[in-house]
Amino acid sequence: MADVISAPFHAGTTPVERRNYLTEPKGLWSWLTTVDHKRIGIMYLISVMAFFLVGGIFALLIRLSLFDPSHVILGHKMLDAETYNKVFTMHGVIMVFLFIIPSIPAALGNFVLPMMLGAKDVAFPRLNLASFYIYWAGAALAMVAIVTGGVDTGWTFYTPYSTSTDTSVAWMAMGIFIAGFSSIFTGLNFIATIHKLRAPGMGWFDMPLFCWGMYATALMQVLATPVLAITLLLMTIERLFRIGIFDASLGGDPVLFQHFFWFYSHPAVYIMIVPGMAIVSEIIPVFSRKTIFGYRMIAFSSIGIALIGFLVWGHHMFVAGQSQTAVVVFSFLTFLVAIPSAIKVWNWLATMYHGSITLETPMLYAISFILLFTIGGLTGVFLGALSIDVHLTDTYFVVAHFHYVMMGGTVMGFLGGLHYWWPKITGRMYHERLGQIAAALVFIGFNATFFPQFIMGGQGMPRRYYNYLPQFQPMHAFSTVGSWIIGAGLFLTLGYLLASLRKPYDAPDNPWGGKTMEWQTQSPPLTENFEVQPVATHGPYDYFPVGTH
Amino acid sequence: MEWLRSLILPAQGSPYAAQVDTFYMFLVWLSVFFFLLIAGVAVYSVIRFRHKPGDVTPHWTHNNKLEFAWTVIPLAILMVIFVWGVKGYMEAAVPPGDAQEIRVTAKKWVWQFEYPDGTRAINELHVQVNKPVKFVMSSEDVIHDFFVVDMRVKHDILPDRYTEIWFNPTVVGKHHFECAEYCGRGHSDMGGTLYVDDDASYQKWLETGGVDASIPLDKLGSMLYESKGCSSCHTIDGSPSQGPSWKGVFGHPVQLSDGRTVIADENYIRESILVSGAKIVKGYDNIMPVFQGVLRQREVDGLVAYIKTLGNK
Repeated sequence: MADVISAPFHAGTTPVERRNYLTEPKGLWSWLTTVDHKRIGIMYLISVMAFFLVGGIFALLIRLSLFDPSHVILGHKMLDAETYNKVFTMHGVIMVFLFIIPSIPAALGNFVLPMMLGAKDVAFPRLNLASFYIYWAGAALAMVAIVTGGVDTGWTFYTPYSTSTDTSVAWMAMGIFIAGFSSIFTGLNFIATIHKLRAPGMGWFDMPLFCWGMYATALMQVLATPVLAITLLLMTIERLFRIGIFDASLGGDPVLFQHFFWFYSHPAVYIMIVPGMAIVSEIIPVFSRKTIFGYRMIAFSSIGIALIGFLVWGHHMFVAGQSQTAVVVFSFLTFLVAIPSAIKVWNWLATMYHGSITLETPMLYAISFILLFTIGGLTGVFLGALSIDVHLTDTYFVVAHFHYVMMGGTVMGFLGGLHYWWPKITGRMYHERLGQIAAALVFIGFNATFFPQFIMGGQGMPRRYYNYLPQFQPMHAFSTVGSWIIGAGLFLTLGYLLASLRKPYDAPDNPWGGKTMEWQTQSPPLTENFEVQPVATHGPYDYFPVGTH
Repeated sequence: MEWLRSLILPAQGSPYAAQVDTFYMFLVWLSVFFFLLIAGVAVYSVIRFRHKPGDVTPHWTHNNKLEFAWTVIPLAILMVIFVWGVKGYMEAAVPPGDAQEIRVTAKKWVWQFEYPDGTRAINELHVQVNKPVKFVMSSEDVIHDFFVVDMRVKHDILPDRYTEIWFNPTVVGKHHFECAEYCGRGHSDMGGTLYVDDDASYQKWLETGGVDASIPLDKLGSMLYESKGCSSCHTIDGSPSQGPSWKGVFGHPVQLSDGRTVIADENYIRESILVSGAKIVKGYDNIMPVFQGVLRQREVDGLVAYIKTLGNK
């Protein structure tokens, strides 16, 4: 048996103006009140990209300030210590809660998940719109926190610092509290949609793997996010009414806060990375023109990560004051959760092996993901090993590790998915060569920024440090230059994506030769997605000659 | 491979640090191997299996033996790493019975150390070479973390309980320690120097507090300004900080938070150092540690003399 290949797309094959969801109904009001998952997805996409920009500017400021221990760049003092603390806090809060968590599920997932299942919409369209406005209500409170003095606790809000600092912690905590519900609503919607709205003929194991990833993510969103909400609420109550829960001076326990916080925030790491893996599982077979290798293992590993991911929160607290027995148990469970991630990497490689590979921009991002996530995963092994974690925790090694997973993983997946579905979403092709150049810039800049941080961390450079020992200056400067290269790549991306919107529709329905259902409808799709209810007649990655299946 | 170790890891101050480094380097090489394997297959596939017109790809859906192998082999390797890590952790968790005990109190943004004989020190830690030493630590405000880089040990310091670390210093000389848990504005300045002394100089330090009687008082004061942590909160150039600047204070009237105004003479300065909460300058919080019993008489004299020189400018 063999898979036959459709040729890669060459521009200019089917430029047709057709009725689609973008143009009808018309008017701003029709957008703001829409229940169409595609329009909500686009509104989410614009929102998360805006926060990506804001969080990215904070990141550039952090790096600029660390360029030199004097914090003086071209004769200008960059940031003082208090401002620096606020800037890294807001970088973390915005990137985690307002960009990464909603980026793939709520923006891209909202757009493509129902179409991948052959559905007209998500199961609860109005809940979907509510989710979007709740997200913005939360974001608005976070903005209030920023303009009323900012927050200087770090994104982790550790007590008793967070209950004693005089910055706008309560506003920020309430913003995240509210934004959490948008995440829960999206999760609920996806679970119901996947259970109930699959096309006729599409069993669980005929779904695209992206849907499995979204399902695992949704389970974690629904089960873990309420714990974050409770934690932040308790912290705010303690702060406002001086009721002792976490603050030792009021009779509370600060380590309890950390248990609560990480009980959410470790699954949240998987809420962030599993969607990235889900996108890579789509891109790799399409651009290798070969069926996915080990479909069930990839699907089950997503669910496995979701389950074991709930049991490893204590690995953030190896030196925080929990019992030594707990430390050993959490270390053991941490090594177990590494296995499903490793399985996915092997399966992607086996899919590429003997494929028929082209290197358009989405594939470049998928390969970037594999390489960077591998480094992120391998350095996670260092941090899971107890005696080594004691040395590395709270250093730049951890900073580098989670950026390799969160940016090298999730953001690469997001950018890959954005380019992959851009023709479907907008009906336009972006400039392919510029896309490849930007992907290369982001990859090089990313490694230049974060690889030196592994070495600095190993040498004992603590994280969240405004001043640092002079010995680290060359590597900090190198890292800062890397951040400019990432910035150049991302601004180039923004430029050519926006430029593509000025063109008439020029994207074919299926530019990459994908076999999943979103490619069976027109680009951009109709409001109701498909003219007739599609029926699943082949698997999502079957590169068979028609009729030989 | 010592060249690589010394390139990516700090100096080793104890036998335990050397053990941790051996483990670390094992993981480095293991990671290099797996990264090259994965990147190698990816790059090979991209080059060897580039798309050509008329390509036909094999329809391989799964292979149970292969998938079993790439699940079980990594799992076995990870279990070895797990056990190795636990072994080191256990060793670092249990101090030897004869370890000398030093009491550590962390506070925004100073370290205070108290020795069994009652000697106290700020931001400066002296230990005896080849004598295991145990630190019993607590915080007076938020969470801090005592991180002794060259010993490869750290632990959080909490306001509601004692936590411990220990190490056996075997390398005479200066090492660095720092705060590794974010604690606010002065977090990155909350560090100090660990002196591993030979037996004679350790005894001398315990007797004199390291103060050399030949140093002039105002020079001594300017050294103590850095070494005792004064500089975390007080500037000497008039710029505002957590505490009042020392510039132009001496001999001038100071407005207090209770409305009184006093002249900053020798006795006022002495009292403000030793019993810091007695008179609070208007506009500042009562956050300074008490130095009564921490500073020796000559050290107080030195600080007063130093502040005097700043007041005359």
